[in-house]
Amino acid sequence: MSKLVGSVREAVQAVGLTDGMTISFHHHLRNGDYVLNMVLAEIAGMGLKDLNVNASSIFDVHEPIIEHIKKKVVTGLEVNYMGGKVGRAISEGILEKPVIFRSHGGRAGDMDRGAAKVDVAFIAAPCADDMGNMSGKYGPSACGSLGYAFSDAMCAKKVVVITDHLVPYPLLDCSIPEGYVDVVVQVDKIGDASRIVSGTTKITRDPVGLRIAYLASQVVKHSGYLKDGFSFQTGAGGASLAVAKYVEEMMEKEGIKGSFCMGGITGYLVSMMEKGYFETILDVQCFDLAAIASIRDNKNHQEISATRYASPAAKSCAVDSLDVVILGATQVDTDFNVNVHTDSNGYIMGGSGGHCDTAKGAKLAIVVAPLIRARLPLIVDQVLCKSTPGETIDVIVTQRGIAVNPKNQKLKEALIAAHLPVKDIRELKRMAEEIAGVPKAVTCTGRVVANVLYRDGTLMDTIRKKA
Amino acid sequence: MEIVKNAAAGTLESSDVLICVEPADTLQIEIQSVVAGQYMDAIRDAIEDVLAKAQIKTGKISAQDRGALDCVIRARMETAILRGGSQS
Amino acid sequence: MRRTMLFLPGNTPNMLINGDTLGADSIIYDLEDAVSPDEKDAARILVRNTLKYMRGKGCEIIIRINPIESDYWQADLEEVIPCKPDLIMPTKVGSGQDVQIVAEAITALEKRAGIPEGSVGILPLIETALGVEKAFDIASASPRVAGIFLGGEDLTADLHCKRTREGQEIFYSRCRLVCAARACGVEAYDTPFTDVEDMLGLEKDTQLAKSLGFSGKAVISPRHVETVNALFSPTMEEIEYAHDVMDAIEEGRRQGKGVISLRGKMIDAPIVKRATQVLEMERQMFGGEDV
Repeated sequence: MSKLVGSVREAVQAVGLTDGMTISFHHHLRNGDYVLNMVLAEIAGMGLKDLNVNASSIFDVHEPIIEHIKKKVVTGLEVNYMGGKVGRAISEGILEKPVIFRSHGGRAGDMDRGAAKVDVAFIAAPCADDMGNMSGKYGPSACGSLGYAFSDAMCAKKVVVITDHLVPYPLLDCSIPEGYVDVVVQVDKIGDASRIVSGTTKITRDPVGLRIAYLASQVVKHSGYLKDGFSFQTGAGGASLAVAKYVEEMMEKEGIKGSFCMGGITGYLVSMMEKGYFETILDVQCFDLAAIASIRDNKNHQEISATRYASPAAKSCAVDSLDVVILGATQVDTDFNVNVHTDSNGYIMGGSGGHCDTAKGAKLAIVVAPLIRARLPLIVDQVLCKSTPGETIDVIVTQRGIAVNPKNQKLKEALIAAHLPVKDIRELKRMAEEIAGVPKAVTCTGRVVANVLYRDGTLMDTIRKKA
Repeated sequence: MEIVKNAAAGTLESSDVLICVEPADTLQIEIQSVVAGQYMDAIRDAIEDVLAKAQIKTGKISAQDRGALDCVIRARMETAILRGGSQS
Repeated sequence: MRRTMLFLPGNTPNMLINGDTLGADSIIYDLEDAVSPDEKDAARILVRNTLKYMRGKGCEIIIRINPIESDYWQADLEEVIPCKPDLIMPTKVGSGQDVQIVAEAITALEKRAGIPEGSVGILPLIETALGVEKAFDIASASPRVAGIFLGGEDLTADLHCKRTREGQEIFYSRCRLVCAARACGVEAYDTPFTDVEDMLGLEKDTQLAKSLGFSGKAVISPRHVETVNALFSPTMEEIEYAHDVMDAIEEGRRQGKGVISLRGKMIDAPIVKRATQVLEMERQMFGGEDV
């Protein structure tokens, strides 16, 4: 017996996909993903309509979905993140039904507890056998961890595995086992390797980014959390990595051994683990080749599912044990609410990802961002979209000062005692406006084009159509 | 002053502005900006102020703004005028 | 207090505007090597406009101008002097006369702009063999000279030797510069360490500079600012000792003592001078709001 079928079309037929169903995709192939476009093109070609797409993230490579939306092949969209190209079209109102935005933990939680139902999961697998045992660690399109695909595999009614690297049964080192899989398809290519991962992820050379990173590392130092057993999450962006570098320097100087680091994993974090600064990496997603090699070869580098990473529906998850997380922001308001969904003009160009999950879980949530980005002040009276609630954010670090959430008075006192440039958040806002001028308020008054759900599934904010 | 030849100043990098000037019979100002929604009036004011100080009454001015601060817009305008202008 | 002086390219808006946030005691807007010949006009106009905007930001600004053999230096000065930068850094200075030429040009421009004569200081960059040998003349050429500055890169080319991590080749020049500066009662500043990634090398190089008597050091990367600042700052023990010295003097005065001693050691003039310097640095480091 084999689950192998000859084509994507046969797979779609085999699982009985019909109009109006919900299909799901993961985003481990990031901007190199061919699978979402491939499957939607096939479905459109078969004349299916009115599908609801639950994709953990939509990138610019998925631009063809705009046509499928216009032709009503796709009439519903649920994501954790959406890149600027599709985001702009959504903001302009091409989709009638509001998009549902969740966080990484929220999506896993909603799937696990049945609040987000999936009829057919199409899982891009860099490596699989003909019974559907799959892994992201091997093959020409290797992506490392398959963390976001676990809930899809476990909760969808039917599961289709799409691979370009079919190996003889049994694939030993598999991430998701055959028991969840209905159908396996082999295709020429599931993605463009050069866009799935970057060769190396580099630390920023931008002086302002470095300054912000330095100040953030000082906040970490004086927060009291930087001691043996320290756990840490930072993003893959150049400025976030710079924080990791400064933190590493402090750990070296003080001889501190951390417990685990997490998040989008890069070679930089891998090297920190290899040098002994962290015992373990908990990896829900790899960002570069070094991370993929490490998750394959180093037993201390563990793949974890989105559920284990951040699901609020689980009895516990890894973000709950996190000491410090470094986060980004496009806007922050004077109540410390953070926007990572839209740009300053209100166009969708992002999403929570793990932002609100880690902010809630970590003991210290630090937002790093330039006070002014191409003339636009970071701090506003009210964010255009509340992605992460202010009560879960502890500190905003900019190159011109550090604002501490008033709920965290002890931290504020510690940072002042360390001679760090602590400022009231309103004072930072005023400084930015003095430099850049007071911006005219941007308003979005059209109908709702997206509902932003908090990680527990409750509605947190809406995003409106650009007039 | 008067704009007598085509000239440009600035770059398209973030926080900068590219200003192009060319001779024309009337005064025309075209502005594209990534922060048009927030700062269009301020950008126009800065450009017009530099033109007024240089007593330039005609010419085609185009600005492609990447979020330049007021002082940068003024600097690039002055440079473009210096390069394309002549004391009349 | 100029523990660190950070070079920033003169035609890059984003760097100029954020220069004051990078932690350096002074920032150097560079109109010389960092600006190509066809952008010299744009850079000096940008620097002038930025200077107006930076006023009141509380960060010392130094302008590095083009060498007096070039066609640019006068236009550089004409553009920036009316905005009263703190210091002008003339380049490839080889004699006291070079300094006087720049000083006279500044005086004329100060008069024309109606700002008090002597508002703008000079920090000559010494980066030739001739300049090193004439260091005393340069340091004493004008009351505007606040200090002299060693430029190691051009100097080693002039000396026909290679610039190395250890810096043996500029050891003589460093000593000569410090001695000349101290003889004239001005400050001496050290050349930047140019390998941005080599933090250990930076630390060693900075320690050497401090041990030779330099007051501070140029940096070409913001990554270097904190290390150099820390090494040129007094330690907490030094600050405490300086306070003790001042307390002892105060106490002695109250008791009408002629000779004052602390921890069994007589407090003499050099100790008082050193303590005063340390306390002044403490005030500048921690006294203001922005530390």
